[in-house]
Amino acid sequence: MMKENAGRTDRHTKKRYRAEKRFRLYCVFALILGCSFLVFFLADLITKGHSAFRQAQIQVEVEYTEKSVEVPMLAVSEEYRSLVSRAWFRKLPGRVSSHPELMGTSKTIWVVAEAEVDQYLKDKPHGLKPGEAEKVDRLQQEGRVKLAFNTFFFTRGDSNLPEVAGIKSAAIGTMYVLFLTMLFSFPVGVLTAIYLEEYAPDNWFTRIIEVNINNLAAIPSILYGLLGLAIFINTFGVPRSSALAGGLTLALMSLPVIIISSRAAIRAVPYSIREAAFGVGASRWQTTIHHVLPYSLSGILTGSIIAMAQAMGETAPLLIVGMMAFIPDAPSGITDAATVLPAQIYTWSSAALRPYEERTAAAILVLLAVLIFLNATAVLLRKRYERRW
Amino acid sequence: MTAGNVFLYLCGGLLPLALIAYQLGRRKAEAQQSRGDRLHSQPGFYGWYSCSWLVLPALGASLFFALLHITGLYAAPPSMLLAAGLLFAAGGLFAGLRSIRPGLAARNKVENIIRWLLLLASGVSILTTLGIVFSILFEAIKFFQIVSVWEFITGTNWSPEAAFLSGAGRGGESMAEPEFGAVPIFAGTFMITFIAMCVALPIGLLSAIYMSEYASHRVRGTAKPILEILAGIPTVVYGFFAAITVSPLVVEAAERVGLEAAYTNALTPGLVMGIMIIPFISSLTDDIINSIPQSLREGSYALGTTQSETIKRVLLPAALPGIVSAFLLGVSRALGETMIVVMAAGLRPHLTWNPLEGMTTVTVRIVNALTGDLAFDSAETLSAFGLGLALFVVTLILNVISTVVIRRFKQQYEL
Repeated sequence: MMKENAGRTDRHTKKRYRAEKRFRLYCVFALILGCSFLVFFLADLITKGHSAFRQAQIQVEVEYTEKSVEVPMLAVSEEYRSLVSRAWFRKLPGRVSSHPELMGTSKTIWVVAEAEVDQYLKDKPHGLKPGEAEKVDRLQQEGRVKLAFNTFFFTRGDSNLPEVAGIKSAAIGTMYVLFLTMLFSFPVGVLTAIYLEEYAPDNWFTRIIEVNINNLAAIPSILYGLLGLAIFINTFGVPRSSALAGGLTLALMSLPVIIISSRAAIRAVPYSIREAAFGVGASRWQTTIHHVLPYSLSGILTGSIIAMAQAMGETAPLLIVGMMAFIPDAPSGITDAATVLPAQIYTWSSAALRPYEERTAAAILVLLAVLIFLNATAVLLRKRYERRW
Repeated sequence: MTAGNVFLYLCGGLLPLALIAYQLGRRKAEAQQSRGDRLHSQPGFYGWYSCSWLVLPALGASLFFALLHITGLYAAPPSMLLAAGLLFAAGGLFAGLRSIRPGLAARNKVENIIRWLLLLASGVSILTTLGIVFSILFEAIKFFQIVSVWEFITGTNWSPEAAFLSGAGRGGESMAEPEFGAVPIFAGTFMITFIAMCVALPIGLLSAIYMSEYASHRVRGTAKPILEILAGIPTVVYGFFAAITVSPLVVEAAERVGLEAAYTNALTPGLVMGIMIIPFISSLTDDIINSIPQSLREGSYALGTTQSETIKRVLLPAALPGIVSAFLLGVSRALGETMIVVMAAGLRPHLTWNPLEGMTTVTVRIVNALTGDLAFDSAETLSAFGLGLALFVVTLILNVISTVVIRRFKQQYEL
């Protein structure tokens, strides 16, 4: 009887231990699954995007004559004409007029190849005719086609010819937008945080501001786009698709993030610091600006960099304020039509031509690299200057 | 001269002037001090005092003109605006300098101005909320004058194409009436959100439990940043990933089991959105589980329970409000998520239970209606604001509920 009971308890315990193991396994599995998504995701992007950093070039003999300036296609012998990028032909007259000494000469130089040649060399689906493909094979044996580092990707703006499409104008647009975003949201955010932490009396108005800021942080970003469209563009007449419209919209969006992190940083400064300052006769503002702010600055900067990284990856509100236009040239001012990196990624990913796909992935890699750099800076800043009281 | 230029001149002109005003005020106070008068405040405060006497009237005047301009009452020429600004600046400076006496409480006045400035800055966030509410509300009201609210909420047919044609001036007698029944759109939104939460909730919750209860310090130190990277990836990148990589995989997998899937099916954006929300859920629940008092765990272990029994019977019930609030926030994120669905979900509203068919969401329709070349007051464009209002109301309610729930939870354990 006793033995039977002990056996039952034993069985029961074993069952419980098995359940314990099982549950633990589920948890491990979930965590590994979550982390492996990231690995899969990055691996996928790198395999898709790395090839865009190299671009096919072709060595041809170019004749600079009166005729070829008028009809640039004639500069290259007919055999290879279809393999050379049309973008290169377009620029030929301009090159001759800026270098008049070229006129009348003929040179053998490396020029950008057509996108299909590029895709063929990278073993991707391509649209070359069989005859052309043979020609490329022959050229490759002679060493007259090569894959070289794709400088155009970093030095040109968007183009309707994938072989010369680059991210430069989008990158400059991003800088304009982020500059305006931070110019507006950093001071306003920090001042608000100072008010709420150091000055605000505990009354209904303060509580409304607090609740309101927490809600703003959780509002879907696309609604900020609707605000930007209705208020900045339609009411205040800010030009559509301009960096100004995008910057202001993103500024409102990153404001709550900056306020919340700055408040946390200011709150971390112990009250004794303030009391010491008051004790020697400092005013409230002097206390804040001379003592509290310097101690909380690293936290405020960390939060602001993270807010900036968020704003940099944001797309939806910018689409609504029109920043997805085709922008071949970098904007020269804050009211010019501009585009940003994420919007460029969006337009390229919906482009019909296949060669854009690797460029999209490459642009994503560039964007992710910048974001990782920003976030790493923030983490480093926090580690280096964080003060434990 | 554009408005931007005027702004630039005004700021560029005011800054050096303000510097001069500061120096003048300070010098005057110092001169009085050296004559043997006892100053109320430090000389620097008199400098700031005269500085604000210069800047505030000038800014006030230009703001007044800007308001006149915006409301359309009177469009002042830029030169007049600049002249008025400078005049007010000079007048202010003169008055300010004159009033500097040893007994003047400059410090109190400057501190007061600063307090108002700070209050003004915090007003911006309130203005933002009001801006969002009113911009959406006004346009949505215009929309609901064309389409009845009841039809919008209960109609099952969304076909704004007719509105597009009449907006382009090509509407004819034989045209079908445009219909704005948003049920299929809401259905698509909830379907994709549901799929996303089915992915995010179990994975996020279980990995949070592992990290806070089981994991060694080292595992926790590596796993947490990895999940945080997942949270920092821009949504447009997830969208690309969904459209180019996941969507063909889903179609292929469906073919393997003998089902037919559209390339713009609802499953793909749902899955990818789920991945996006995992770190959100896991970090929120991690915080919650960590904030449960250790005594609860110890009490449970003392009764002889295993770790998983403690988690399931003690910790999870205790953390339930926090988990619910994290879930609600996750839902609100998923409802408002835009880029993934714009790039991977369908455009056409479709009322179905099958996640392998194409469905569309509220955010897709908003982007679609506002990025076209339609006139701003056409019914389709306005419909974006109607949908935006619905999105705003639903996410606001979810956020408020989750805030209230989490506050109750924190009060319970006196955190």
